[in-house]
Amino acid sequence: MTPALIASLTIFALSAFLGFTLISRVPTLLHTPLMSGTNAISGIVLVGALLVAAHADGALENALAFIAIVLSTVNVVGGYLVTDRMLEMFKRKPESRE
Amino acid sequence: MTPPLAVSQNVVDLAYVAAAVAFIIGMQRLSSPKTARSGVWVAAIGMAIAIVFTLLLPEVDNYGLIAAALAVGAVIGAISARKVKMTAMPQMVAVFNGLGGGAAVLVAYREFDRLAPLPGALSGDVLAAALFSALVGALTFTGSMLAFVKLQELMPGRPITFGGQQLVNAALIVAALGFAVAGGVTEDTAWLIGLIAVSLGFGVLFVLPIGGADMPVVIAFLNAFSGLSAVAAGFVLGNNALIIGGTLVGASGTLLTLLMARAMNRSVTNVLFGAFGAAPSGAAAAVSADGRTVREVSPDDLSVMLAYAKQVMIVPGYGLAVAQAQHAVRELADILEGRGVAVRYAIHPVAGRMPGHMNVLLAEADVPYPQLLDMEQANPQFPRTDVALVIGANDVTNPAARSNPESPLYGMPILDVDRAQNVVVMKRSMASGFAGVDNELYFDPRTAMLFGDAKASLEKLILVTKSA
Repeated sequence: MTPALIASLTIFALSAFLGFTLISRVPTLLHTPLMSGTNAISGIVLVGALLVAAHADGALENALAFIAIVLSTVNVVGGYLVTDRMLEMFKRKPESRE
Repeated sequence: MTPPLAVSQNVVDLAYVAAAVAFIIGMQRLSSPKTARSGVWVAAIGMAIAIVFTLLLPEVDNYGLIAAALAVGAVIGAISARKVKMTAMPQMVAVFNGLGGGAAVLVAYREFDRLAPLPGALSGDVLAAALFSALVGALTFTGSMLAFVKLQELMPGRPITFGGQQLVNAALIVAALGFAVAGGVTEDTAWLIGLIAVSLGFGVLFVLPIGGADMPVVIAFLNAFSGLSAVAAGFVLGNNALIIGGTLVGASGTLLTLLMARAMNRSVTNVLFGAFGAAPSGAAAAVSADGRTVREVSPDDLSVMLAYAKQVMIVPGYGLAVAQAQHAVRELADILEGRGVAVRYAIHPVAGRMPGHMNVLLAEADVPYPQLLDMEQANPQFPRTDVALVIGANDVTNPAARSNPESPLYGMPILDVDRAQNVVVMKRSMASGFAGVDNELYFDPRTAMLFGDAKASLEKLILVTKSA
């Protein structure tokens, strides 16, 4: 095992515990925005798609890189925007209604 | 071509640390509706930092292709986020889960394919991570797409089973393991492609036998898997941004999966592999097995009942979403509140098709969130409630879950609707709920039924209440 792999495994283990702790504090009221928000974070795979695109050579490899970037970008952009749209609706007091 | 602003790998790795911190702060802020919205933007800024610094790496020089792909993805993402209806949020999240999984497969495949011909380049951990990413990502992709198709009602939402299904599943698992081992030993891309193909098939077969009301568990599960596939892609690339981001999502999805299964008093394996609710739901029967009948109420009588109530508890279920009745509910609540009636909403954790589905719908209809009570807050309120108005919810109100050890629902935590002074159930027909069992509540002497489409019934009710 390389030191880099051990460092990555350490990060993985600590992130898992941190994730559990953070999420257990989220009220059921916000479970849907929580899901779509974390979903947007999993779009971080876009970073991987960009790195793959950097090494792409030839039509097929370029096409696959292109698809990977499109899929993950939809995930990131759509995920954040739809979460924001939902959270905007959660209000403590009713708005003045006509 | 070297980019004008090329930065070193060290700088980019530091940027990833900043991104990770932003994700964590963002998730922390999701613990309260007051701070949640700003939290989403903190997390989005973290994502932007990670992307921009990755683009500044000297090896990333494929600018034309990258710019075009980012533009296409951003436009599709922005339009779908803007257009989607709140009732359709479960299928939207399902699709997004699938896209993340799909991208992870492509990343793992390309990296494997690039490193395989270079002698000694594919270390054991990269190899294992690539195979895992292919398996989990492909399964997430097709599983999520099928969940979308079911939730969008492009095909029946009920569990679909066929003879020998378990056998086919077992064969696929054996094939997947075989391909994974062969790919690991030979480092030949062909085996990886085989593994991806088998996993794509398995994703379909995995979601096919799962019924509509179990969707909250499935979506949470696929959410966890989309995170895990990003983690695996992170190990393939040796990229900590992917590992941290993916792990946070994996942890979140796993926790939600467990919470949802617990709210149904079933194990995760039972939900995912039990084909629950497969039995065709019984024909409408307004007479119970022992000859008791249900009592119907007219909108006029219900209107009077509500007008004299001090506290009304509305219990929404998936039927509310189907009928798009959230705005009508709020309109009725407004009228009642104007007359001094306290109106609250009791929301079961698995009401709807994804965790928190009902809260989003009611928030959309402008219901202030302090009125949205979870099960623990709502249950002590029922004995003090004059009228419990059940709209499109069934199994989560069935007292058999408390009292009848024979019932498939026995042990499931329910909303104690039957402890209210009066219960009115708005329902299309007497058809049984997802679990395929009669609801004892309907035959309770304190319960009255108002049959019909929830929205149409509510509109009638609003009309007579207004003119009263």
